[in-house]
Amino acid sequence: MRQLSDKAVTRLRNSAELPDLSGTRYRLLERVARGGMSVVYAAQDRDLQRRVALKVLEAPGSQGELADRLMREARVLARLEHPGIVPVHDVGRLPDGRVFYTMKFVEGQRLDQYIGSLTPISDRLRLFQRICDAVAFAHARGVLHRDLKPANVMVGSFGEVLVMDWGLAKILTGDVETQPGADPASPHDPANRRNKTTGSVVTGHGRVMGTPGYMSPEQARGEVESLDARSDIFSLGQLLRSLRSERPSDRSLDAICAKASAQERAARYATVQELVADVSRYLDGLAVEARRENIFEKVGRFYRRYRFFILLTAAYLVMRILLLVLIKP
Amino acid sequence: MLQPTFRGGDAGFPATRWSVIEGVRSGDTAERRRALETLCQEYWKPVYKYVRLRWSRGAEDAQDITQGFFAEMLERELLNRFDAGKSRLRTYLRLCVDSFLLNEDKAARRQKRGGEVQHLALDFAGAEDELAGGCIDAAAIASPDSLDEFFEKEWVRSLFTLAVEDLRTLCIAQGRERTFQLFEAYDLDGDDNSSYEQLAQQYGITVTAVTNALAWARREFRKMALERLRRTCGSDEEFQRETKAVFGWQAQ
Repeated sequence: MRQLSDKAVTRLRNSAELPDLSGTRYRLLERVARGGMSVVYAAQDRDLQRRVALKVLEAPGSQGELADRLMREARVLARLEHPGIVPVHDVGRLPDGRVFYTMKFVEGQRLDQYIGSLTPISDRLRLFQRICDAVAFAHARGVLHRDLKPANVMVGSFGEVLVMDWGLAKILTGDVETQPGADPASPHDPANRRNKTTGSVVTGHGRVMGTPGYMSPEQARGEVESLDARSDIFSLGQLLRSLRSERPSDRSLDAICAKASAQERAARYATVQELVADVSRYLDGLAVEARRENIFEKVGRFYRRYRFFILLTAAYLVMRILLLVLIKP
Repeated sequence: MLQPTFRGGDAGFPATRWSVIEGVRSGDTAERRRALETLCQEYWKPVYKYVRLRWSRGAEDAQDITQGFFAEMLERELLNRFDAGKSRLRTYLRLCVDSFLLNEDKAARRQKRGGEVQHLALDFAGAEDELAGGCIDAAAIASPDSLDEFFEKEWVRSLFTLAVEDLRTLCIAQGRERTFQLFEAYDLDGDDNSSYEQLAQQYGITVTAVTNALAWARREFRKMALERLRRTCGSDEEFQRETKAVFGWQAQ
């Protein structure tokens, strides 16, 4: 019997996990990321001669809910064609039974790693607005992300911002052309149970999916069917908070974060656009909707906004007074 | 005499799902022995190496202890007390080995009284080669915290060795000797510099043929390792946990 060295055991362990790409147009290059129940590999598309990201369930032979979820994620991405959302290229099942999909290979950094290099708060807020634009687009297409957090946002090498990982997405409207979870390999798979009215995946009683700290209270309570755009707005509020975590306190910005991630969803912004507009107002030095200012704050903000003109006018007036006093006829 | 057969595939054991744990607890002596043989196949090397390194026993001494331990396990029905809900099988077995060694004298007397000491046909020379081959670092098991880790590592090595053997048998049976050679060259003996292109050139085949052969071999290897794993797990939950421990993902 052959003896196996530690190195051979490690190689076997790794290779046993590798997706079986035989008979497909892809060639495996390297593992890029691992999370939840799936792994992302860099692969070479032999036909189109380009590098793609191949997302596949980590367990060979995976069936049922997990396979259903990945297939659904691909379909959700396919209906979200937006520069801020990673485009999907292909979906299917590998010879080892695993569901996979390929998408654009994004070269860059996750937001939580990238953010340290962005010093001015204004740059961070503009980046946040681009994340919001992508989420607002998804909402307009009837899709909730449900797992928005810095680790699920990629910033490309040319500064492009891409919202990733739509595995927990919920489809709000029922205008999906194909049944969202239907697997082409088994179109009548009874494992693909779903609610016909909402298109959301039935994931078992009491199963809460999301990321603590970023998940809205209603999502954490498992109120899956009643979730709406305000659940994602809560996550965006938390994401905004994380972007300004080490910054000095700023009442207006704090108020925007607080309003976006209010415990009561009725107290949050009703739409992502409202949140973006408030952030824009903050960037322009205007009063934000999230907070009523007192007269001193209004004056202070007015001064900060028009400081140059105020100082110029003041200097002019001082000069005039001096001239009047010194050059008396 | 208890003789492990070390046959591949399902030849060595009835194809019931949780056969080993159930088999060891069976009232039928023959079935109990068969179950113990299957268990022994996977665990004797980790037990032997553990005794050699952790308990610093000489080769001959460790061989007797390993033989004695599995005989004791059958005689005293030690696995009847195993509860899959409370611990992992290998943790339980390791603790049994420790207990066996702590009560070694009593066990020796018991085996003498019992008369017939059952001997397993185990390849101790091979295990010694593995120890001498430098692939096991004795220093790595110095701390009590790493005992489980060491035992687990050796158990995975043992499981993979058996699954590779199963794969070899299958390849020979199906006339796919070259596939096994490719698998050996890339997955067992390869390093970071190995490439499919190199192999294709070496064997005079296309890169696609290498890709397909390796994909098939890995699929079969995985299937065989999982099948062996499944046989020695006491429940679905344990099987999931063990798959995660071996491969890093949970089997479905």
